[in-house]
Amino acid sequence: MAWHVSVYVTLKPSVMDPQGATVQRALNQMGYKAVTDVRVGKFTELEFEESLSEADVKKQADEICDKLLANPNIEAYRFTVEKK
Amino acid sequence: MRFSVTIFPGSNCDHDCEYVLRDVEKQQVEMIWHKETDLKKPDCVVIPGGFSYGDYLRTGAIARFSPVMKSVADFAAKGGLVIGICNGFQILCEAGLLPGALLRNKNLKFICQNVYLRVEETNTPFTNFCKPHQVLKIPIAHGEGNYFIDSDGLKKIQDNRQIMLRYCDANGKITPESNPNGSLENIAGVCNLNRNVFGLMPHPDRSGEDILGSHDGTFIWQSILSAKVGAR
Repeated sequence: MAWHVSVYVTLKPSVMDPQGATVQRALNQMGYKAVTDVRVGKFTELEFEESLSEADVKKQADEICDKLLANPNIEAYRFTVEKK
Repeated sequence: MRFSVTIFPGSNCDHDCEYVLRDVEKQQVEMIWHKETDLKKPDCVVIPGGFSYGDYLRTGAIARFSPVMKSVADFAAKGGLVIGICNGFQILCEAGLLPGALLRNKNLKFICQNVYLRVEETNTPFTNFCKPHQVLKIPIAHGEGNYFIDSDGLKKIQDNRQIMLRYCDANGKITPESNPNGSLENIAGVCNLNRNVFGLMPHPDRSGEDILGSHDGTFIWQSILSAKVGAR
């Protein structure tokens, strides 16, 4: 058993995402006309020692996102914590 | 004058910087590996271009935690001159020493070409050798040079006159067509509030001699050489 943290990082809504726009155009061309927006982000998995409390895992994951995994100037992040 | 050029794993313009400063401008140059913390008493630190840490995660995101960057931040806090070129600009933004961030180019392509830049500020250690609104021809070579800052931040850097260079046409006109990468307000280079830290996407290290297609990078180096410095 260990703490398993899944981190999702995406560009903030106010930041243009040329990669997402290109993917959307491709999908529309492929016939998926109903796709109205695409945002491409990053997914990161972290594992923590199980001896930590859930609160500590959340606190450290938050710091890690703020300091390294996301750039708060341009990106937003969210994460989920589970024990497995 | 003494320059210290930092080297990260994946830097590839460190030799261009060393060459232009030592062989063209005839200055003293020290090369500083990223694990070192002694900057060797420079007058100016140069963070060169390249692909530090393979651009993993985000450009400059890992390099900014290298041991040498703590020394660079201390040096900058004391008023020392720091110039970051291309990946160096990205690293300085990630480190919070410069405002904003560099996003993927709008057209998603790596762009390697000469561009024209209009000098917006001349009362700085990095541009004092230029005339107001002088047009410089300097090459760019990047995939992530699309400058972004939020609207509050943009107002701040406008009010404090921190926008140093903007992409323009050959006549100095700021147009959408002359913006190669989608940068907000055609911004190609900015400085910090104290005007001693400067970052730019174009390469003055690759434009120090006519044989390279342009010697306009010299205006940046000559500005630094004529700046009054004292943080050593």
